[in-house]
Amino acid sequence: MGINLTPKELERELRDRSHESESLIQSLFNCDRRHFLRVSARFAAMAAAAGAIQPHAFQLVDVAYAAATPDATPELAFRFAYVSDSHLYSRGMNHRFAKAALKAVEDVNALDPQPDFVLFGGDLAQLGRPEELEFGRQILSGLKPPVKMMVGEHDWYFDLGEKWREMFGADRYSFDHKGIHFIVLNSVVEDDFWTAKGYTPEQRMAIVAGLDDGRQSRFTVGEEQRDWLRKDLAKVPKNMPLIVFSHSPLYKYYRPWNFWTDDAEQVQALLFPFKTVTVVHGHTHQLLTNRIRNITFHGMLSTAWPWPYAPQGLPPLTLQMERADPFDQFDACGDGSVDVLKSGSVNANYNLWDRNPRTVTYAEVIKGLKGGGPSY
Amino acid sequence: MTPLRMLRVAVVLVVTAVVSLAVVRTAGFLGAQRSARAPISGETEGWASRTVWACDHRKAVVVEGVRADEKLPPQKAQEVAGLLSDLMRFCNEEVVARISSQEEITLSVNGLPFVDYIQGGELPVELVHGKVQHTDRDRAIWKAELDREIGEGNRLFHSDELGTNGLACAMCHPDASNTHPETYPKFQTQLKKVALLRDMVNWCIQNPLEGKVLPEDDPRMKALEAYILVKRTGTTLEPGKH
Repeated sequence: MGINLTPKELERELRDRSHESESLIQSLFNCDRRHFLRVSARFAAMAAAAGAIQPHAFQLVDVAYAAATPDATPELAFRFAYVSDSHLYSRGMNHRFAKAALKAVEDVNALDPQPDFVLFGGDLAQLGRPEELEFGRQILSGLKPPVKMMVGEHDWYFDLGEKWREMFGADRYSFDHKGIHFIVLNSVVEDDFWTAKGYTPEQRMAIVAGLDDGRQSRFTVGEEQRDWLRKDLAKVPKNMPLIVFSHSPLYKYYRPWNFWTDDAEQVQALLFPFKTVTVVHGHTHQLLTNRIRNITFHGMLSTAWPWPYAPQGLPPLTLQMERADPFDQFDACGDGSVDVLKSGSVNANYNLWDRNPRTVTYAEVIKGLKGGGPSY
Repeated sequence: MTPLRMLRVAVVLVVTAVVSLAVVRTAGFLGAQRSARAPISGETEGWASRTVWACDHRKAVVVEGVRADEKLPPQKAQEVAGLLSDLMRFCNEEVVARISSQEEITLSVNGLPFVDYIQGGELPVELVHGKVQHTDRDRAIWKAELDREIGEGNRLFHSDELGTNGLACAMCHPDASNTHPETYPKFQTQLKKVALLRDMVNWCIQNPLEGKVLPEDDPRMKALEAYILVKRTGTTLEPGKH
């Protein structure tokens, strides 16, 4: 090893040596992760040149992401990434939500090694307009890995999924990947609240788009889809791990905001017979962890905006994110990846922009995460 | 016989009977009633007076010039009974009547100051709003007006018309959550100055919504504040968190 310096000593050392280092140090205080990597590489080179420290000491950057690298996780089978809840308007690439979605695309493309696929977790569009969905597809087309699409209520209630299905195919499907049976559901099926009231498609969409708009119905998977699920699962051995994607949480968290699936118990009942089940869901725009019997639930981050935790019903397993800083568009937003372990259970990696990344491991979930630690 | 008339008769009977039986000295029916209540002003402050309660426990007559332990003269007792039964017309109000040594009657209605009263007359309530009592219709109008203001705030809060990029307040703040109106005024560290709720509302309009700030007396700002304040009333305060 080279000379051991604390970060403070190193900072002082480098500041003494050049003006350039000072601006570099300054830039460290307000940089994003990618920028940080770039800056730290230059830093390492400078430090090495100054003889202060050996370059490999800077691999602390890798250490910070150790949990996310396959080498450091021997039980890792494979990884998929996710981008979710982008809520795009068709207002050009300079719109804040477009920028955020593009940021997520860049994140995913920068993952090394590349994930096996990317899940898009629903709510690609904000108001379900065909042009919004087209715009979203244009942004997602920048993703290098294959993309698995899931539908959200913002994609659906303008034309009841017509355009979405035309573009992306079935709204519920299943596939096997490396020994895991994956299921993608449409969990945002609402009872018809619009016909009797004579709402136009725009009005219907606007009502569903309002999280706190009580005029809408509750989300369900619905009887027809549960039948499909039952038949789909009949072919799957009980010891084959399941990973289910749903837009809304497949449990009951907070009804007034549809942080809720009304027939959650019936869907869970179909999943209980399986040995290892994980549900990855969108919609809630927050770090969210739950476990019901054999089912572990992970909420996905949104690229567009974070939502406050609901006033009731928060699963006790959740380690809450601290309230987002409204002055930072990207705070408490982000994307993420899911490490599928050889056991079939998963570790969920939250790539929180402008905050420390956070991994919720299967081991932690089983142990029962305790709140009161650092919040993210 | 109407219920009101029955009540009046009952009161007269009760009061007359009690007074004529002279159970007024210490432990009798009226005395027991009185001891359960706080003394009425004047009763214990050097002025001789005794108080007689009606059976509804909401009407009382304070007779000045008669000690608390003194028997009421029959004529006075009749007068008290007559006054109490007269006051029973005002079933919903709490009324204290005073009969002064000069036989003047004053009333205090629902804790308001004592004012002159002529037996059998209108309830002498000193109302500030043009001396007119509030009617259900008044209250309905006020509620409708208030609801309209809050409703307009609700509409604006959920509308994209304050901004230019499609965003609305409620997208980040469903049910006005995370607005914390109770925490203002405060030094808003990001703004580097003391802010009121309206300053943050304007900041949100200007930044995430990319709209034009509202003048502080803009009716839209008032409506937004009304909605936020009403929506957050009664929510748990979390000092130190926000």
